[in-house]
Amino acid sequence: MSALLEVKNLNVDIPLAAGILHPVQDLTFSVDKGQTLCIVGESGCGKSLTSLALMDLLPKKAVRTGTSILFDGEDLLKKSDRQMADLRGNRVGMIFQEPMTSLNPSFTIGNQMEEMMLRHRRVSRNEARERATYLLQKVGIVGAERRLKQYPHQLSGGLRQRVMIAMTLMCGPDLIIADEPTTALDVTIQAQILLLLAELQREFGMALILITHDLGIVARVADRLAVMYAGQIVEQGNVEDVFGEPLHPYTRGLLSCIPVPGKTERGAHLGSIPGIVPSMIGDIEGCHFRDRCPHAWMDCAKGGVDLRALDQLRAYRCLMSPSDSVARATELEMAE
Amino acid sequence: MTGALLETFDVTRSFAVGAGIFSQKQMLKAVNGVSLRVNKGDVLGLVGESGCGKSTLALMLLGLLPASSGSILFDGKPVSHLPRLELARRIQPIFQDPYSSLNPRKSIGDIISLPLRVHGASTAAERQRKVDEIMELVGLPQRYITNYPSQLSGGQRQRVAIARALIMRPEIVICDEPTSALDVSVQSQILNLLMDLRQELGLTYILISHNLAIVEHIATRVSVMYLGRIVEEKETEALFRRAEHPYTQALLASVLTPEPGLGIPDAQLGVEFPNPMDPPAGCTFHPRCPHAAVVCSRKAPRPVPRGTAGFTECHIYDEAESVSFKSAAA
Repeated sequence: MSALLEVKNLNVDIPLAAGILHPVQDLTFSVDKGQTLCIVGESGCGKSLTSLALMDLLPKKAVRTGTSILFDGEDLLKKSDRQMADLRGNRVGMIFQEPMTSLNPSFTIGNQMEEMMLRHRRVSRNEARERATYLLQKVGIVGAERRLKQYPHQLSGGLRQRVMIAMTLMCGPDLIIADEPTTALDVTIQAQILLLLAELQREFGMALILITHDLGIVARVADRLAVMYAGQIVEQGNVEDVFGEPLHPYTRGLLSCIPVPGKTERGAHLGSIPGIVPSMIGDIEGCHFRDRCPHAWMDCAKGGVDLRALDQLRAYRCLMSPSDSVARATELEMAE
Repeated sequence: MTGALLETFDVTRSFAVGAGIFSQKQMLKAVNGVSLRVNKGDVLGLVGESGCGKSTLALMLLGLLPASSGSILFDGKPVSHLPRLELARRIQPIFQDPYSSLNPRKSIGDIISLPLRVHGASTAAERQRKVDEIMELVGLPQRYITNYPSQLSGGQRQRVAIARALIMRPEIVICDEPTSALDVSVQSQILNLLMDLRQELGLTYILISHNLAIVEHIATRVSVMYLGRIVEEKETEALFRRAEHPYTQALLASVLTPEPGLGIPDAQLGVEFPNPMDPPAGCTFHPRCPHAAVVCSRKAPRPVPRGTAGFTECHIYDEAESVSFKSAAA
């Protein structure tokens, strides 16, 4: 497996009246062909801005810097606006949280789907329509021809998200970036959409970057995950490894917050992470998580904490050694 | 009938929608014949997908929306006959979004003490004492008293909403998706708080949520709603151990627990959620049901008692219809 997307030291800075906001700091990760990477974190951790930064869709005043964003060997940081526009919707598809706001209300579904292909490929409208019909069927929409003539408001939320998925598939992308694709949907529909994405991904050999706050989704969908906190990746690795033995106190905290049926005792106190996320305006001295960390000590406040790589895939951003981290966590659990 | 604090009998609520120049008014039955019973000390979980009528039901229970038919009894008296103030003192809501449910122009102290002023039975000093007391109880530092909602985080705002709901010491609190707008780490804090408060103040909750993991964790009884009706109701443990209604089974199967390696479940539900304006004939769930038989599209199922104090509204469990289903129930 070779890396389809390799991000090295990506930063986003946004100048504000109060100072410079650093919503994304020193992000390094990669996604292989056909693989699923989940970026997980709470609101404001920078996960959505990361996806926008990859595709050069950041707000105007935001500044993107970094060593490189290699997509299939080419550096996206060096591409012109025109070249990026050729890439978006073509080799890289994007799916956003609220399908109603990402579909244009004044055009039919068919029109918008065809547009996608007409923009990037030399095809006739009829050929584009054929592909749109095929893909609508592919995403499980009955009566595709009728749906193509409908407007977004005539569809339910689940159907709209299926349309969005079909639309991103129009040009056969190598990578799909999905930002909270199922957050606005009901649980039953959520499972259907995720299943659909996984099936299509397998069939067309696409890589997927899925951005979510839901650890349940991560566990079921991801090959790898990256946990973000206050603009930084604090832990990454294979999903089994990270869920099996989380090394960063934040990852452990997150996992303890959600009740797991059959494992968490009913009615028992759930874990929690006291405190709030630090402001990301200006530089934060030391570890970003130290104010909320049960294990923080003096050294945590000094200098920046680097991402420590354990092997090719696994890395975490903490001063404690892996064995220390696990031992301290067990100690804490016993004390409670 | 002792112990029941809140009871509804065959409650229905219809809305007239879609009246235009060329189109006729259509009736949407948001809640269609719901009977439920909440005992003192219960935590009743009300689950179902969006549009199933759970929030409409909540509004009726709060007395904010009159029922089209049927009756709602609070402590044995019809809700519609209770004085507005008395009802507001004894039943309080906590809503989903602490960003829109708090007045941005009022300070935290004003927001929390407003119910005291509305009920008018206390002096300024007494109000102050009660506000201090409740803020401590919900874990809000005293210094926030002069702050405005915009200066607080989501979790703290939800604590303010809880403090406001509890200051008159109500008997029932109706929590409509109390943690859906919050981050997971904050969600667990609010859930812990709700559980503690229930212990300390002897509260009864109706917890409306689409998050089944949360419902399983804190509810004592669970009602599953589908298209305006309760299709299954049981003690929490019984329901999660053995869900009987095919819709409940699908809902439970769709929950993504944080356990890697299990893959994405296939609940085998069709794509289309039925149009609530034109609900399917017979059992409203039959077009999506993997076990549907002929009878399901013809005849509406009746609630079949199951176990102790539970029921499932499905033909599969109805002895009278059992011929139609040989294997499904097993």
